[in-house]
Formats: sequence, structure tokens, C-alpha cells
Amino acid sequence: MTYELLVSSAVGVLVAGGIFLLLRARTFQVVLGLTLLSYAVNLFLFASGRLVLNRPPIWDKSVTEYTDPLPQALVLTAIVITFGMTAFIVILALRSFLETGSDHVDGESVPSEDDGAQEKGE
Amino acid sequence: MAYALTLYMLVALPFIAALLIALLAGGSRLLHSGIAGVASAAGLALLASLAGPVVGGAVPSVTASWVPSLGLDLALMVDGLGLMFAGLILGIGLLVVIFARFYLNEGEATGRFFASLMLFQGAMLGIVLAGNVLLMLVFWELTSLSSFLLIGFWQHKAEGRQGARMALAVTGGGGLALIGGMVLLGLVAGSFDLATILARGAQVQASPLYPVILALVLVGCFTKSAQFPFHFWLPHAMAAPTPVSAYLHSATMVKAGVFLLARLWPVLGGTELYTVTVSSVGLVTMVFAAVVALFRHDLKSILAYSTISQLGLLVMLLGFSLKMAALAAVLHILNHAAFKAALFMAAGIVDHETGTRDIRRLGGLAKAMPVTAGIATLAAASMAGLPPLGGFISKEMMLYETLHVAPFGLPWLVPVLATIGATFSVGYSLRLVWHLFFGQPRDPEPFARAHDPAAGMWVPSALLTVLAVLLGLVPMALAAPLVGTATAAVTGASAPVFELALWHGVNLALILSVIAVAGGAVLLWRHAGLLALWERTALPDAKRMFDAVLGYADSRLRKAMVAVHTPSLQRMVLVSVAVIVLLIIDGALAGGGVLTGTRPGLPASGPAIIAWALLIVATAAVVNDARQRLRVLVYVSVIGIVVSLAFVRFSAPDLALTQISVEVVTILLLLLALNLLPKAPPTLSSPARKWRDGALALAGGTLMGAIAWAILTREPGASISAYHLANAKPGGGGTNVVNVILVDFRAFDTLGEIIVLGIAGLAIYALLEGTARGAAGARLARWQEDMPHSPERHPMMLVMASRIALPLTLTVGIYLFLRGHNQPGGGFIAALVVAIAFLLQYLAAGYDWSDRRRRFGEHQMIAWGVLVAMATGLGAMAFGGPFLTSWFDYFSLPLIGKFELASAMLFDTGVFLTVLGAVMLTLAQLSQIAQRAARAHARTLADKAQESAP
Repeated sequence: MTYELLVSSAVGVLVAGGIFLLLRARTFQVVLGLTLLSYAVNLFLFASGRLVLNRPPIWDKSVTEYTDPLPQALVLTAIVITFGMTAFIVILALRSFLETGSDHVDGESVPSEDDGAQEKGE
Repeated sequence: MAYALTLYMLVALPFIAALLIALLAGGSRLLHSGIAGVASAAGLALLASLAGPVVGGAVPSVTASWVPSLGLDLALMVDGLGLMFAGLILGIGLLVVIFARFYLNEGEATGRFFASLMLFQGAMLGIVLAGNVLLMLVFWELTSLSSFLLIGFWQHKAEGRQGARMALAVTGGGGLALIGGMVLLGLVAGSFDLATILARGAQVQASPLYPVILALVLVGCFTKSAQFPFHFWLPHAMAAPTPVSAYLHSATMVKAGVFLLARLWPVLGGTELYTVTVSSVGLVTMVFAAVVALFRHDLKSILAYSTISQLGLLVMLLGFSLKMAALAAVLHILNHAAFKAALFMAAGIVDHETGTRDIRRLGGLAKAMPVTAGIATLAAASMAGLPPLGGFISKEMMLYETLHVAPFGLPWLVPVLATIGATFSVGYSLRLVWHLFFGQPRDPEPFARAHDPAAGMWVPSALLTVLAVLLGLVPMALAAPLVGTATAAVTGASAPVFELALWHGVNLALILSVIAVAGGAVLLWRHAGLLALWERTALPDAKRMFDAVLGYADSRLRKAMVAVHTPSLQRMVLVSVAVIVLLIIDGALAGGGVLTGTRPGLPASGPAIIAWALLIVATAAVVNDARQRLRVLVYVSVIGIVVSLAFVRFSAPDLALTQISVEVVTILLLLLALNLLPKAPPTLSSPARKWRDGALALAGGTLMGAIAWAILTREPGASISAYHLANAKPGGGGTNVVNVILVDFRAFDTLGEIIVLGIAGLAIYALLEGTARGAAGARLARWQEDMPHSPERHPMMLVMASRIALPLTLTVGIYLFLRGHNQPGGGFIAALVVAIAFLLQYLAAGYDWSDRRRRFGEHQMIAWGVLVAMATGLGAMAFGGPFLTSWFDYFSLPLIGKFELASAMLFDTGVFLTVLGAVMLTLAQLSQIAQRAARAHARTLADKAQESAP
């Protein structure tokens, strides 16, 4: 077992779970799916700087080797933006539920694919 | 280049005036018209200073590079044609401003009106003075837009809105064609510089693309100048206030197409294709519109059709490709501008003073408004082409020129049709004057109200009429130099020798003229009978056809949209993800490489494997248990913690701090939102659907995992990271390289990020702000608590603990912020920690208690944050560095010792404020909504208790 295997498999599992939830019909599940995908994406981006142990990018006279700081900087802002996005989607879902009385992603006026006649036809 | 400033000022003045008026929109009618008038007069003075040299043969021009890669230059030039048009635009503009000052009422949005008018004036000046065809296109589009604003000025009138929309659709559509034509023209000619293009006529006409260029340019010109079959927008544009019609639809906007035809005459003109197309379109338009004009009843509609007819005449003359015909066209442009603007103003006066424009209700007005009647009669006589007025000379020349063309080998065809057109022109001109001012009043009500207006309203049209008269009486003295220079500019050669006079002896043209006048008189005499005949023939209504075409396109497009873009989010996401998966597979197959690279792996420790297992299990639980909402949040936070730990392990302390604090805030947010979302079990997906989604998810996950694995097992390529590491301390003044990247190397990114976050916060505020009203408000009021709650809303232990924690947490936040440049920390993390400290108060003590003690506004915080960050960046520019360059130095103070001050710290303050503001705004707003719902629920409970008590 290497760290590389752990990280890449974790990314894979998170992506799979994220996609599956993203395709669900209710807003809260979609939000959860986005959250899982965000973890995966952030981990993935971070991993593009490779995995390095105990060499944080804090400059020191005596240290010559550091981990790659650039992906870290990018992921740091990505994490914060992820929060902004999640918050926005959650509030959007809430507002749409309050307006329509349905927490289906397509609103109540659109026939649900989950339990409609279309489904039986498949 | 001696005229550079004059030329730029000339075009810039109207725009400056428009901006000024828009800024002073609250001011009075006098102020707005004053600014517009002064700008027009100043422009006229600037133009006058150029008139001498231009008539003398010089072409003042100036060029400055704008977008050199596209060949777009800020090039302006004034030749004879430009001088004449600019004079018309500014001169008539000034008169229209004076007229509009009296025409509009004090209560109307005069700021908007005059600002749009000046915008239009600037755009028109830009067209006629542009020395670069791309620049001309920019101004061309601007005239379409500003005329849209002007036609639809009375926004409360449906016909105004529809007329404006139609004008925009037709002229804007033509503008698109023109863009294509001009770009092709520039490519074929090898330059977008107008003077160069004009000199390369032979090259353009030899190109196989010439017919395409010609067709596209002509569509642009014909739509703008309302030529058949694109004429129909102009009568509907008459819904505009009359000053707009007097300006746009007599002398300027509709003449832009004619101007462009004249401008490109040396390049496009002269071929048989050009001659046949342009002159026949002009001829058809001239005759057709003159006939229609005879039978309209709305004053402005009569004038609109007469304008279409006169524009047709101009287009026909230019289409002849004869020098003398071009000269006649130039002269008639002057004449038409004078009498038509005067007539529009007179129509506006009649409308203003009688309350109607329906000629069937008016009549005998000469007694009630003699001044207006005199002005309008003279102007209409010029329009009819009666001597001794300007219109006579140019119409005579037109008829004379028709004798020189013989399309399809038929020398009589054009003269006969042109004479018919001229006959109807005389007819509608005579009818306009006769039915309006003479005979008996048909309707006593408007007649009783009629009187001559204030001098300010009739003087502008009187001046124009005087011009129309003088153009007939002393044409050589008044117009010859200008007409000669303009014609030379049109034809690209020296002007032909010409003489303008009323009397040329008896020739065929004069005979045709006499026939036209006599015929026109007959038309007036027999008008009632002809009108009955006209009304029996059902003609297609252009507006209905236009609407039908639009409606058809609308419904077709809607169907196509629905077919491509299904309104189901699920299906859209499914397709998107599937496409991405296929793309990745395609890319992987194309690469054909090995999955695993050669980079040696790091053996994992035992605890790491346990954490990994936790993450996998938690993810599975989230997916499997998505309906047990509260529990799911616990699983999500497990994932978040494992991810944070991973960051710690892999040398990313900043990320770990950010992740863990975002985690707390996110979970709080989801908790609050969950409380309000329905808890009823969701409809279950069918197994087939689950299998399908599961297969796709599995494919996506496997591929992403494989990519991650492939990356992680290979050595990184050369990156710019080494530069960042080497320069963080000497260049950025900080040892925490991640933070230095955020606030210095890539600070522009960060600035963008915080702006996005701020916008997200504000958008969330807006989304929640409206929930108190409408359907959402009603649903919120009906909200029922459906999860068991502790009877004690604010447990004492939690309240006290959180209050003690507040100063401690704040201290940690400030500490993280201050050390951020050198050690893990910084604005993002500090803001999140401080936000958590405050949110704990909301959680423990409730929204109301915390909100009352709040001393800061989140909106202001977001704004200040972004402003501070930007100001820091601009500060660097003030010191000569690029935007967002950071500055730092070391100081020492007694007791404290040596310390560092960096401008990056200020930038980080901006980050801190924005993030804190956005997070607080979101959570506070959400908890307020939750609080409101809870209160509503409590009220319902109390009401129930009361009901059951007695």
C-alpha cells in the first residue's frame, strides 16, 4: 500500500459517489453529490503537485527541498469558493422549495422522471 | 495631423454631452437641452473651422491605433461628403434640440431623451467622419441602438415599444449583413483604411467576392435607408416623439444608408450589377412609397412614406453611376434635409397644438396658425419640386439624368416611372398642405384649440424653410462650393462642371416636370375617389407579415431549444457526465500509454490506511443513506476531516487549516438549510435507473482515480513553482510561499476569487430576502417542526461556553491572520475562524440575541474588502509597479524589535473582510429565516393550545 494508491483510489471513490448523487432527483442529494465531487476535485488538484511528506512550503534557510506550493495556493482558494458554491446551491434549493413546494430538482411542474409514465415505458 | 484635436473633439463632444446629461438626469429640461445645444453649437463651430480647408481640397485626417491586430484604428477624416453630412447632423441637431426643448413637457424624462439624442448625434458623426471601415461599423451599430432608445422613448406606449423593436430588428439585422460585407471588403482590398479601400476599386470589382460584398453592403444600406422591401420599419418608427422623427428620419439616420452608398461609390459603383440593382430598387421604392403616401392619413405617416420615396430617389440617382447623377443626389440630400426636417417639425407643432395628427380631422388651419401654415406650405412646395425652391432644381436634375439611362434597352422606362413618382410626390405634397391648412375645418374640436406655438418651436423649422427657399433662389452662392466638394468626394475625381439654376430653358426635363405638377394637381382634385379605390384594394400589411415571420421563428426556435435543451436537470447532468466520460476514454485510448509510471511510491503508514478506510466507508454511507439527512452530515464531516488530515500529512498545513474551518461552516449551513427542507422520504428511483446511474458513476470514478494514479506515479514536469519558492522571501517578503502566491504572485486570481465569493454572498442574501413574500412567505409561515427538538432552545452550558470561547477564538483568528505571511494562516483562514466564532454565538444564543449585539454590516464588509484589495493593487501602480505588486520593508521599534510591514498585509485584510462578510451574510440570513419559521411554528402551537383550553 502506497500513499499514491490511497489518494488516487479515494479520488475515484469520491467521484463515483459524487456522480451518483448528482444524478438523483432531490435537491439535497444533489448538494451532497456536489460536496463529494468538490472533495475529489480539490484532492485531485492538490495531488497534481505530487505527494511529499514533511516538507511544507515554508521557506527556511536550512531547507532546500519543498513540496510544490502552487497547487496548494490554487486549492486553498478553491476550497473557499467551493463553500461559496455549496452555499449558493443550498440556498437556491431552499428558495425553490419554498416557492414551488417541491424539492425535486426540476420543480414540481415538470413530471418526475423517477415515478412518471416515462419510467414505466423504459 | 494638424487637425487631430479638432477632429477628435468633434466626435467626442456629443458623447461627453450625453454622459454629462445622463449624470445630471435629475436636472431641468432647460439644463439638459442647454448642454445638448451648446455641444451641438460647439461642434458646428469646430466643423466650420474645417470647412475652409475641405472646400479648398484638403482632407483633414487623423489616425491612432486602437486594435492593430484587427486593423481597427481610431481614424477620422473630413472630406466634402463628410463635411456636408456632419454639417447636416450638427446643424439640424441644434435646431431639433431647440425644438425638443419646447416640444417635450417639463415632467418627461428629458435627461434620458437628450442623452440618447446626443449619443445618436455622436454615432452619426462617427459614421460620416470615420476613416476606418471597422470604426464606421462600430458607430453604425451605435446608431441602431441609440435610435432604438429614441423611438421607444415613450416607454408606456405599446406602439412605441413595438416600433422601436422593429426598427432595431430590421436595421440591426442589416447591420449584421453590413459587418460581413465590410469585413470582406477590407480583406479583398487588403486594408480597413477607408482611403486605401476607395483607391482600390478596380481590385475589389475584379474579385470573385465582389457580388457577395455588394449584396451584403446593399442589404445594410437598404435596411437603414428604408428601401423596398425593408421600408416597413420607418412608418412604425413614427411612434417616436416628433423631434426624433425630425432628426433621425429626415436628415440623419435614414440617410446613413445613402451616405454609405455614396461613400463606397468609387469602390462598388459603376458595374452593371450595381447599376441595375441599386437604381431599380431606388426607382421601385420611389414610386411605390409616393403612391402609398398619397393615401395615408396620419401626418407623420405621410411624411414617413414621402421620406421613403425621396430616399428611393437618392438611391436611384446614386445607382445610375453617373457623375452628374451623383451631383444631383448630393444636392437633393441638402434639399431634402431642409424641407423634410421643417415638415416634421410642422407636423409636430400641429400635433402639439391640436392634439391630433389625423389629417381627416384637420383642415383650414391656416386661419388658426398662419405662421406654421406658411412654413409648412413653403417646405411642402420644395418637396413637391415647385419653383422657385431648392427641391425644384434637384428634381429637375433628377429627371434630366433619367434620360441618360436605358436599362434593358428601354430608354423610356426610367423617365416614365420617375415622372410617375414625381407626379405622386406633387400629389401628396399638395394634399398635405391643402387638407391641413386650407378648405373648411373638418372637426371643430382640434380646430378650436389650434394656435401658433411659442417662437422657440417654430423658429427652427422657419430657419430650415428659409434654407430651402434660398437653395432655390441663390443655389450657386449658397451650395455650389459644398456640393462640388461633396460630389468630388463621392466620385473620387474632380467634380463635373455644373451650374445650378432654376431656369435651364425649355427641355425635356422641364416638360416632364410640368407633367408631374399637372398630374399632381389632378391627383389632389380626384383624391376622394382615388382614396375609395385604394381602400378597396387589399394590400398586404408589412407589419402583420413581419410579426408572422417573427412569431414563426419564435415558435420554431422554442421547439428546437426544448429538443436540444430539455428542461430536466437530471437528464442534462446525465448527458454532460456521459460526454465527459467518453472524452476521457477517447483521450486515454489516443494516448495509448502505460497506466503506471516509474516514480517510486511512498509506503503508507497504518493510521493513514485506517483514515483512508474511514473515508471510503463514509462515502459509501453518504451515497447509501442519503435520506437519513442528519446522519449523512456526520458522514460528510468524517470525509472532510480525513481530507484535512491528508493535507496535514502531505505537507499542506494551510490547506488543512482552510479545509477544517470550511468544513465547520459548511456543516452549519447544511444543518440550517436541512431544518427547512422537507424531510418526507423521497420518491425512490427505479432499479433500472439506479443501475444506469451507478454504471456511469463507476466509470467516472474509475477513470478519475486512474488519472490521479497515472499522475502520481510520474515525475512532475518543469513548473514555475521553483521560481515562486526562490522569490517568495526576497521578492514577496514572506516565508509562507502559499500565502505569498495568494497575495502577491497570483494576487489577481485571489482578487477575482474574493469578488466571486462576495457576489455569491450577495446573491444568497437576495435569494433569501424575498422569501418573506409571496408563495415562499406563505409556505414559510405554514412551516412545521418535524424533528424532535430539545425543549430548551438555548442550553445554558452551550451559551456560556460559547461566550467564553468568543474572545479566545477571535484571538486565534487575529493570530492566524498576522502570521499568515510567514507561517500557515492568512486572510482566508483567519476569516473563517472568526466567522465560526460569531456563528457559535448565533447557534448558542439564537439569532435575535446575537443580531442585536452585532456592530458591523456584512454588505459593507464585502464592499470594503474588495475595495481595500483593489486599492492595494492600485497603490502599487501609483508607485510605478504593475497592478497588485506588493511592497515590504523592515522597521524596528523599541521594545518590540525588528518587524516587517508589507502591502500584502493590506491586501490580505481585503481578503479577510470579504470572506468574513460573505460567510456571515449567508449564515446569518439563513438563520434569520429559520428563526422566522420557528416563530411561526410556535405561534401555531400557541393558537392550538388556546383553542383547546376553553
